Amino acid sequence: MKTKSLIIIAVIATIFFGANLALAGNLVITGSTTVLPIAQKVAEAYMSQNPDVKISISGGGSGEGMKALIDGTTNIADSSRFIKDTEVKQAVDKGRYPVPFAIAYDCIIPVVHPSNTVVNLTVQQLKGIYKGDIKNWKEMGGPDKKIVVISRDSSSGTYEVWDEKVMNKEKVSPAALMQASNGAIVQAVSSNQNAIGYIGIGYVDNSVKALLVNRVKGTAETALNGTFPIHRALYMFTDGWPKGDTLNFINFMLHPQKGQKYVKEEGFVPMY
Amino acid sequence: MLNDQHKGKSRRIKEQWIKAIFFIVAFASISVLALIVIFLFMEGLPIFSKVSVKDFIFGHYWYPTSEPPEFGIFPLIVASLSVTMISSLISIPLGVFTALYLAEVASRRLREWVKPLVELLAALPSVVIGFFGMVIVAPFLQDFLDIPVGLNLFNASLMLAFMSVPTICSISEDAIFSVPRELKEASLALGATRWETIGRVVIPASISGISTAVILGMSRAIGETMVVLMVAGGAAMIPASIFDPVRPMPASIAAEMAEAPFRGDHYYALFATGIALFAFTLIFNLAADYISNRYRQVGASTL
Repeated sequence: MKTKSLIIIAVIATIFFGANLALAGNLVITGSTTVLPIAQKVAEAYMSQNPDVKISISGGGSGEGMKALIDGTTNIADSSRFIKDTEVKQAVDKGRYPVPFAIAYDCIIPVVHPSNTVVNLTVQQLKGIYKGDIKNWKEMGGPDKKIVVISRDSSSGTYEVWDEKVMNKEKVSPAALMQASNGAIVQAVSSNQNAIGYIGIGYVDNSVKALLVNRVKGTAETALNGTFPIHRALYMFTDGWPKGDTLNFINFMLHPQKGQKYVKEEGFVPMY
Repeated sequence: MLNDQHKGKSRRIKEQWIKAIFFIVAFASISVLALIVIFLFMEGLPIFSKVSVKDFIFGHYWYPTSEPPEFGIFPLIVASLSVTMISSLISIPLGVFTALYLAEVASRRLREWVKPLVELLAALPSVVIGFFGMVIVAPFLQDFLDIPVGLNLFNASLMLAFMSVPTICSISEDAIFSVPRELKEASLALGATRWETIGRVVIPASISGISTAVILGMSRAIGETMVVLMVAGGAAMIPASIFDPVRPMPASIAAEMAEAPFRGDHYYALFATGIALFAFTLIFNLAADYISNRYRQVGASTL
């Protein structure tokens, strides 16, 4: 009886410490679902070049990433927004110093159903639609149909960019439909002729029609040179200036021929 | 004699050990539950230092990330209750009548086939039902009824009804099936038709089980997250018609929690929404408990 329980304890202990040892060579990345596809692609490439490093990646959102960084449960926090003052304060209280690295640009594109005849909208018109002042497509030269306004959830990073660049801090109408992901917006817009939504440039496909904004097409060039009005930077945050594997990974991420190549492949705009 | 005494002692010790183990197991699951509730309140209550309970529950605007933020969950509560009500209007008749049919009318062979099939409906992951509602039902509603948007209160209620029917049907069927045979035989022997027997004997005798089934089905609907997140539309407004998009409480929590700054006001407000949701499901469960005790059928004589 006693020996048996000793053996069990020994086995559990081995599993426990074994797991801890394995964690030592590991890199944990968590945070924004917008950054997730980039992080995944880059991590795969990095691991195939450095087989001794294991990288585990999860989404959950920018807020979750920051929380993990503050709690010290991640090496890198992905974020589709800059760190908030409240988060900086919490981090400093815990003796952590978040360091931002801008890794890519994200360009937010308004989209409509492919059958919609409207081609261009101004930022003012977009704001009117999302505020609920403009209610019918005929006001923009489209058919006499009620506009179905689809927005991202108010806590998503994509919404924050929209809020800042388009709404100019005015409120999106409560009648707007809220969808929890870029994919859900594409799905909802592609199945509704009267809908308008907005998504990251990497999610635009043939099932929806991308609109021009102020007569500018949203592309990598127009986002980088600033002529397309709705764009934002994506970040990776580390605790203090990165060291060891974390530093190597960030360097890999920012390298024009390495990490940045995958940024482009995933449909985002590379920084370098 | 010595040996017998020894045996008795070791049996007693064994008995006590088993008792202790059962106690620990029962205590562990209850204490985990208690800890979750404590956590829920610890993370939710701080919001009430920023907004009053009245403004939180009856506030009409949910703008958690604006400057200044507004935390009014009244549209969310209305959405949750209306979705639950409408889905119950669909699922209760469907579930109870299916149960009556299976237990009283259908042949034994048919029953053995159909009941597992209905229960299989419960095994469908909610994300599958949600996807079905989003991709098939929403465009169909839009075209068929010529409404602006198919992701709405009615669609969500319909999908939730699909999810509650198996619960309601299965538990009611068990209750109806366990009505003592002699009750039915007595009724038939007195010249009552089959329909009269079902209406006046079988249903009253199993009403406590059926009520429990209905309320468990409803609490499943009010707490369900994935379906309402995908098909309810998510507009935080008080619906004017059943074809308006709504934003039930679970959908709001699920959609926003990931991005809410940790231990910020928005985070606390979402946990407080969780407290409200917990209160509603608790009321449902207490009601189910009360009804099943109140109308408990004790033997055949109380009918």
